Amino acid sequence: MATTIPWDETLAWDTISELRGLEGAMLPILHALQEKFGYVDKRVIPMIAKVLNLSRSEVFGTISFYHDFKTVPPEGHAIKFCLAEACQARGAERLADHLARTHGVKLDGGDHNGLRVETAYCLGNCGLGPNALYDGQIFGALDEDGLDALCARASSKVGANA
Amino acid sequence: MTLRIFVPCDASALSVGADAVASALLREAEARGLNVEIIRNGSHGMVWLEPLIEFVTPQGRIGYGPVKAGDVPSLLDANAQAGGDHPLRLGPVLELDWMKRQQRLTFARIGITDPLSLDDYRARDGLKGLQAALSMSPADVVEQVRISGLRGRGGAGFPAGIKWKTVHDAESDKKYVVCNADEGDSGTFADRMVFEGDPYMLIEGMAIAGYAVGADKGYIYLRSEYPHAAKAMTSAIRAAEQAGWLGKNAFGAGKHFSLELRIGAGAYICGEETSLLESLEGKRALVRAKPPIPALSGLFGKPTLINNVLSIAAIPFILQHGGQAYADYGMGRSRGTLPFQLGGNIRYGGLVELAFGVTLREIVETWGGGTASGRPVRAVQVGGPLGAYLADKDLDTPLDYEAMAAQQAMLGHGGIVVFDDSVDMAKMARFAFHFCAKESCGKCTPCRIGAVRGEETLDKIIAGENVEKNIALTRDLCELMADGSLCAMGGLTPMPVLSALNRFPEDFKPATAQAAAE
Repeated sequence: MATTIPWDETLAWDTISELRGLEGAMLPILHALQEKFGYVDKRVIPMIAKVLNLSRSEVFGTISFYHDFKTVPPEGHAIKFCLAEACQARGAERLADHLARTHGVKLDGGDHNGLRVETAYCLGNCGLGPNALYDGQIFGALDEDGLDALCARASSKVGANA
Repeated sequence: MTLRIFVPCDASALSVGADAVASALLREAEARGLNVEIIRNGSHGMVWLEPLIEFVTPQGRIGYGPVKAGDVPSLLDANAQAGGDHPLRLGPVLELDWMKRQQRLTFARIGITDPLSLDDYRARDGLKGLQAALSMSPADVVEQVRISGLRGRGGAGFPAGIKWKTVHDAESDKKYVVCNADEGDSGTFADRMVFEGDPYMLIEGMAIAGYAVGADKGYIYLRSEYPHAAKAMTSAIRAAEQAGWLGKNAFGAGKHFSLELRIGAGAYICGEETSLLESLEGKRALVRAKPPIPALSGLFGKPTLINNVLSIAAIPFILQHGGQAYADYGMGRSRGTLPFQLGGNIRYGGLVELAFGVTLREIVETWGGGTASGRPVRAVQVGGPLGAYLADKDLDTPLDYEAMAAQQAMLGHGGIVVFDDSVDMAKMARFAFHFCAKESCGKCTPCRIGAVRGEETLDKIIAGENVEKNIALTRDLCELMADGSLCAMGGLTPMPVLSALNRFPEDFKPATAQAAAE
């Protein structure tokens, strides 16, 4: 995961200005902001509204609609864990129980010792589930050991960044 | 002499350690003083064999798989570079039964070529479709698409020729072509494989579409869950621009076509075409009421051709060989081939491209080899989370749009998910409502409220509360959602629910009644 930088208003303006000329620039702008800062700070709402000539409610509404956009700085790194049908058929729910039991992490339950696991619905590797996505990489054919290794890796990354 | 080895870069292969295998090959070759070139190809689609690597030998490409990084020294010891014997040796991959019996029109290159090599692409029929298209009038291109009988591969199965003609005939100063790559259905991954395995094919298809309908701008809307696909397509678009297939004068003097990749933000509903258009416009992805249809008033209110990845990816073949060559495959009103995606609890999962008409049983048993767990197949869900659950007795249904509809089922995007006998179908029915509640855009009441109430009602059924009354209530709710929802999300959520109820009624009986019956 690219290291994110703390909130910087000038940088936010630059990011927005750079992409404002695109047709339907809102999503590219929000993605770019989230990539830089790790989340979409609410201070960008009036900025985007002004640049794109929209109301603040339209900007807020867009941010809140999409699962991907986070509005608070994330603590820890997120593992996206697939719970769609094909992974369920390969035992993803048992692995989710294992996560809760062994690591104390509940799916979508927020940060736990620097580890966050979010539900995903399909990562497109349905013949090799259960699957997870972490740090832009996909991990397939997960079993308890594989998941433990992934959790260890995600937790250690937090320590390294701190 | 340089040793050439193919190691797939498809996400399936990466998910089980293809990068580690590539590194191990480099390391081990260096230690042995061998010159080695690693080529990252797409996946052949036999995911249980991934990472499936191929050594280029005097006898052709010899496959080995599934290879772990730790297998590399023993492979080189066994002289795999000359096709030597090894427990993981598969032989020439294209000669394997699983590959040989497919009818790969869209996936013809995938797994064979380096996805980003323009030379590979050209050497294997790449750009011939576009060249053929540019030598015809746009109306003739549309006519070839009509003749092909191609129907929308996103799930709805709408005849592509009619859609293309509508956009072609629309009068406007500006038109768009949009590719729907928001492949959110569980059990589907063909779009992803196209992006990662043959992105130029999609670019070529988009260019042909732009030329045919008179659009100078194309958008590809890709879901955010596919980072590898995004990376591959970004590189491919850049290379295609440099090569002059895209950009200024792409279709001859004064005829421009530019293509842009846009990334979604984790909303399943964006696979619905009008929701996708709203999202592209930068808004909350609320489904639009139709009419007006996007072909007349789509992106930014302009006539817009919006097609699924697999529809667009079929276009270069159709233009190169003529619509009739494509229509020669298939059955009834389902013409051509469909890349079926086999997943879930399946022994041999992956991608199988076949003409319409093959039965579900052939796919699940012959290609898929039954369940991965070795237990009996109990349920097969076809067509993603909004598709029906079929039971063993239904498996002889031919995979064709009409034959599936006759079973109150649908083909959707060709995803086939297998469950063994440990599945609890009441739980799966509950999950269908849960998923709908989570992913509904919220615009129409039947979907927004119905999904929540449905989940609650299934909870009661599972808990054994007033089971018969609650089943009747669920059926009533399903009728309302199917009739009253604005789009397929609410309208088709009843399909998995009712198919589970109708085909697996024993899973909905309260535990006490079940015990008494036994």
